[in-house]
Amino acid sequence: MELKTLLIISVSAIFINNFIFSRFLGLCPYIGVSKALDSAVGMGMAVIFVMTLASSVAWVVDHFLLEPTTSNLFYHLLRLKTPPDLVFLKTIAFILVIASLVQFVEMVIQKTSPALYKALGIYLPLITTNCAILGVTLLNLDMGLNFIGSVVQGFTSGLGFTLALVLMASIRERLELADVPRPMRGIPIAFIMAGLMAIAFLGFSGLKIR
Amino acid sequence: MSVGKEFTKGLYAENPVFKQALGLCPTLAVSNSVRNAVGMGLAMTFVLVLSNIIVSLIRRFVPRKIRIPIYIVVIATFVTIVDLVMAGFAPDLHKALGIFVPLIVVNCIILGRAEAFAGRNSVFRSLLDGLGMGFGFSLALFVLAFIREILGDGRLYGFPLLGPGFEPMLIMILPPGAFLTIGLLMGLMNWLDKRRCS
Repeated sequence: MELKTLLIISVSAIFINNFIFSRFLGLCPYIGVSKALDSAVGMGMAVIFVMTLASSVAWVVDHFLLEPTTSNLFYHLLRLKTPPDLVFLKTIAFILVIASLVQFVEMVIQKTSPALYKALGIYLPLITTNCAILGVTLLNLDMGLNFIGSVVQGFTSGLGFTLALVLMASIRERLELADVPRPMRGIPIAFIMAGLMAIAFLGFSGLKIR
Repeated sequence: MSVGKEFTKGLYAENPVFKQALGLCPTLAVSNSVRNAVGMGLAMTFVLVLSNIIVSLIRRFVPRKIRIPIYIVVIATFVTIVDLVMAGFAPDLHKALGIFVPLIVVNCIILGRAEAFAGRNSVFRSLLDGLGMGFGFSLALFVLAFIREILGDGRLYGFPLLGPGFEPMLIMILPPGAFLTIGLLMGLMNWLDKRRCS
């Protein structure tokens, strides 16, 4: 893929189609983990890591096991006449890949880097049911990206998510001191803040890249 | 808890969206029109009820340590069924909902009910719980979509409602409108609950 295409994918994933503000993916951790800045950074890092990894593994699974092309492994192993079309299994296949990947990453980090495990450990189990991860793999498939494109989109979508999360956590730390009307405290005011930030991010949709 | 309560608790007292803040992604994403909201609500209720029934049926045979992956496979199976049926019979709706149909798999409401309720209760109670939570979710989607479509488009379920003199507030059907609407609604509910208590 051309460098220019990759750049367009990146800018689009971080700003124009930001996962939180425009695609509405990964809102549960966005509201749940954005109370303190350091936990927001930890969650963001874990999401970037798993998203990049999941994008690459999901592409491999899709390309070699699901798509009806001659590179399909079942076509060769079972000596079928035509390549089998297994794309309808994508939801089940991807969620299993992501769940086992998260488990595997958790075990590897625990063994190799206790410091990193301490920073990311508690966020990793939460990530399996984060719709942003499954969302990015399905988006890669819908957009028909190749391997490099998928990895870049995975990484930059994670960056966009982290950007939104860190901005939000910084604002919420200050909101703790603000005099918010009592019924609006907590989650409601967080949504209003997200709405205002989404209006700001709408400005990026005017961006024209060619 | 009485049997009727298992059903009604999902509608308001333990409403998955407004009270538990679960399943937010599809709620905000597809509530830009009532038609999408109703379609999503039905798909979600179908998956929730059937996965609750199956999880409750197999609850005595599932080893505790690997229950989550098993629940996920059960849920993913029903989501695939919904995905294929919707693509076949309602292709327009399927296109409008986009990736949010396969993403029902990772909706925390479904896994949450499997883990917190269906894995511990009888089949009948799990069915009622699934129905209640599904309708509660649909209700929340409907309320959001109702407000957003009228204000943002001047229409309801595609029919013009407010006439040509009304200037649509475009922001309401764009992403920011979803955040602002749900924030204000949750605040309103907190206020009402507090007034009722005192």
